[in-house]
Amino acid sequence: MGGLLIGLLVIVGLIVLVAIMVIGIYNALVGLRNQVDNAWSQIDVQLKRRHDLIPNLVETAKGYMEHERGTFEAITEARSRAMGANGAAEAGKAEGALTEALSKFMLVVENYPDLKANQNFLSLQETLTSTENKISFARQGYNDQVLFYNNKIQMFPSNIIAGMFQFTKRDFFEIENEEERNVPKVSFN
Amino acid sequence: MWELIKINKRNSVLLLGAMGSVLLILGFVLGLLFGGPEAGLIGMLIATGVWLFMMLISLSSGDQIMLAASKAVPVTHDVHPVLFNVVEEMKIAANLPKMPKIYIINDPAPNAFATGRSPETASIAVTAGLLAKLDRDELQGVVAHEMSHIIHRDILFVTLAGVMLGSIVLISHIFLRSMFYSSLGSRRRYSSSSSNQGAAQLVMIVVAILFAILAPIFAQILYFALSRKREYLADAGAVRLTRYPAGLAGALEKIGGSNINMETANKVTAPMYIANPFRGKKKVNLYSTHPPIEERIRILRNMTHGAAYANYEKSYEEVTKRSPVVPTSALIPEEVTIRQATTESKSTQTAKQQARQVGDLMRQVSQFAFVTCACGLTMKIPPNYNGDKVQCPRCKKFSSISKQ
Repeated sequence: MGGLLIGLLVIVGLIVLVAIMVIGIYNALVGLRNQVDNAWSQIDVQLKRRHDLIPNLVETAKGYMEHERGTFEAITEARSRAMGANGAAEAGKAEGALTEALSKFMLVVENYPDLKANQNFLSLQETLTSTENKISFARQGYNDQVLFYNNKIQMFPSNIIAGMFQFTKRDFFEIENEEERNVPKVSFN
Repeated sequence: MWELIKINKRNSVLLLGAMGSVLLILGFVLGLLFGGPEAGLIGMLIATGVWLFMMLISLSSGDQIMLAASKAVPVTHDVHPVLFNVVEEMKIAANLPKMPKIYIINDPAPNAFATGRSPETASIAVTAGLLAKLDRDELQGVVAHEMSHIIHRDILFVTLAGVMLGSIVLISHIFLRSMFYSSLGSRRRYSSSSSNQGAAQLVMIVVAILFAILAPIFAQILYFALSRKREYLADAGAVRLTRYPAGLAGALEKIGGSNINMETANKVTAPMYIANPFRGKKKVNLYSTHPPIEERIRILRNMTHGAAYANYEKSYEEVTKRSPVVPTSALIPEEVTIRQATTESKSTQTAKQQARQVGDLMRQVSQFAFVTCACGLTMKIPPNYNGDKVQCPRCKKFSSISKQ
């Protein structure tokens, strides 16, 4: 009788222990998934910041660079295309084009020393440099987060819980275009 | 990164456990000595009480004490936009939940530190000298190093270990002092007991004195050994965040090249800085809080294939010929490419220009008003100047001061 009771208690104890572990892992996975989503939205925040920055930048520079209408048009057009893009693939492509247009613009700026002496423009330039950096760091941070999340749902024992509750692997952010991979560098020298 | 945090936590707990045992044994021995065989436990209780008291203070306001001791001033975005942007960039790269508070220290020596209990309550402080000397990429390297200390939980570890060390030093110091001054009295007190007991008592006293001398040294060696290792790991973390080892290497070269002692640093706060704030001592020994800066630079410069932890580890082993520094389970297979430089180097600036920049920054932080006269001269007005007009020393014209 006593042996039976002890056996029963041990079984109940084990079940409780397993339940606690499952709950713990489940909560950790939910937390990680939210962090992945949060990192993804961080990229959007920075891209939107860049969109907001452009009208001001163009306005400030226009007066100094009258012969560069083509450059401004390219930027404005790339911006509106990026803002109106549908779906991740299209948006990625449009944002890439905008990055390219902006880095071209920054190269042209070199020919206008008056503009480079303008305090307002200098501060805009710093904001733009930083925004470009933040975009690429946000992508990097997202990929780090995805790497960790994917590792977690493939590793034992969390893979069992992940399978039970449909935690699926996330895709890395990758720039398809080989050329673009080298672009995110905006140089102001 | 997360594996590293886990291992760091475990090592911190081990170290704190070891230091805690030293503290308890110290309390026990002193209790035995002063109150007889039953008082050992009471001694332990008192030692724990001292430690608990200091820990409560340092956890609730340790970062504020640290910032105040180094005369760091909280700054807004407008004072130094580049610093703010760089910190935000690293915050995003590290997926930190909250932006750290930013401080500038009025000191021409280039240095920086991070403090706080958790990533949510962290602060980063940099000196005016650092801001003037480094270019954007180098500043990013330094901020990333501090950010790594934050995400590796080193800031909490330094606080806890510092308090533990402080308690041990305090208790043994008080004991040694009291032994020194009351040696005559205690001898008289025990003279009535039998000679056998007296001899045991004497042995006890010698053991206690020895222990009181050795305990702080032992605790310090433990603490500094782990603190040196954390510097390497923070360097590795910084490279992984910025993807650019040359940035931090350049910064360390400039920091190491400076021969200005930091006036606002002291022995307690020294381990928190990116490089030892005291110059002169070059050789590394058991008491060094930081690894030699030249070695850290060589490791970073040797990283040419990638910016992952594994690349840092490989470079570390090649340069130092020592056993691994990064824990194996943190070396996840990943390919992290090094990015290109983004800014021009600041080497075109002369030392004079830099000195002027440091001065201006320090005045800006201390809320000087900057007034530019019509003749082009910029006057820097201290905040305690009361008039609302100031005369230009060159063209004798009056300008009004706009208070911010």
